[in-house]
Amino acid sequence: MDQQRLLDSVSSAQLKTDVPHMAIGDTVSVHTRIVEGDKERIQQFQGVLIARNGGGINTMITVRKIVDNQGVERVFPLHSPRIAKFEVVRRGDARRSKLYFLRERSGKSRRLRDRRRGMHHYEIEMQGGAEPAKG
Amino acid sequence: MGLSLLGTKVGMTRVFDEAGVSVPVTVVKVGPCVVTQIKTEKVDGYNAVQIGYGEIKPRNSTMAMIAHDGKAGADPLRHHREFRVTAKEIENYTVGQRLEASALEGLVYIDVISTSKGKGFAGVMKRHNFKGMPATHGTERKHRSPGSIGGRATDRGRGNQKAGIRMPGHMGAERVTIRSLEMVRIENEKGLVLIKGSVPGANMGLVELRTPTRLYRSKAAKQKAAGK
Repeated sequence: MDQQRLLDSVSSAQLKTDVPHMAIGDTVSVHTRIVEGDKERIQQFQGVLIARNGGGINTMITVRKIVDNQGVERVFPLHSPRIAKFEVVRRGDARRSKLYFLRERSGKSRRLRDRRRGMHHYEIEMQGGAEPAKG
Repeated sequence: MGLSLLGTKVGMTRVFDEAGVSVPVTVVKVGPCVVTQIKTEKVDGYNAVQIGYGEIKPRNSTMAMIAHDGKAGADPLRHHREFRVTAKEIENYTVGQRLEASALEGLVYIDVISTSKGKGFAGVMKRHNFKGMPATHGTERKHRSPGSIGGRATDRGRGNQKAGIRMPGHMGAERVTIRSLEMVRIENEKGLVLIKGSVPGANMGLVELRTPTRLYRSKAAKQKAAGK
């Protein structure tokens, strides 16, 4: 086996298979498991998916939301067992892979159009068998 | 006393532990190493086990080495190392025996020996972590220079520099030992060992894994609890 395959074989068991298709620009809700003492609860973080970095087990996603008029971004490891679930709340239209320009936007211009370029994303979901978009 | 195995650095990745914490790991493909010779006190003056690892084309080896490996029933081997054992331990080894990653089972910590990546002729900031000179306040063309390397008084008037002054020069491509690295997991069927953190050298490079020679008290206690 070559080097990359060996590395992949180490991480493959931990890769999630139930991640819904999330495109850049979508509004997603990330359900994080938080352990306090011996209790566990779920915390949600909902915002726009503005970037996806890395590949394989190293995939990181950046989610941006506005709290009290202050932009907050969190970076999540996509395959971390501490993340219970990803949920796509709304499909957004983005023409680039990194939406860092949203950081300079304020007010209404911050919003992204709804995805309406054909049914492309639905087709992907059907093939992938992931959960369908809501709304 | 000890055990040494040879392997190849595969690369780095991450694993998530039970708590969900991301642990950076270096993957090393270990063995199979063949025991090519057993040295005994009586014959050689000391007790040691010699192992060989890695394929080599016969035409790139020598007749002497090919025959030496052949005695152990192995194809020509690229690398050979030996490690000392006690007179008692030596009975556990036979010529031709194959040592795999499973031989490291039961160990928690491990020493890793490898050749570091060559950095070429490096300046003092990179090579010895000097601070360099200020960026501004009148500094000209000396931002990364070592500064003073001693005056007439330090060499007691002999005119040559004091020995051992750290200076620019060749960096890297040398044997580096990192002691007591934690082993995260051993994947026997693939012969892989996952070591926490980084390991010297480039990917595809030769790596020697050795039973730890010295452990800090806390690590020794952990090792003892794990057995072996």
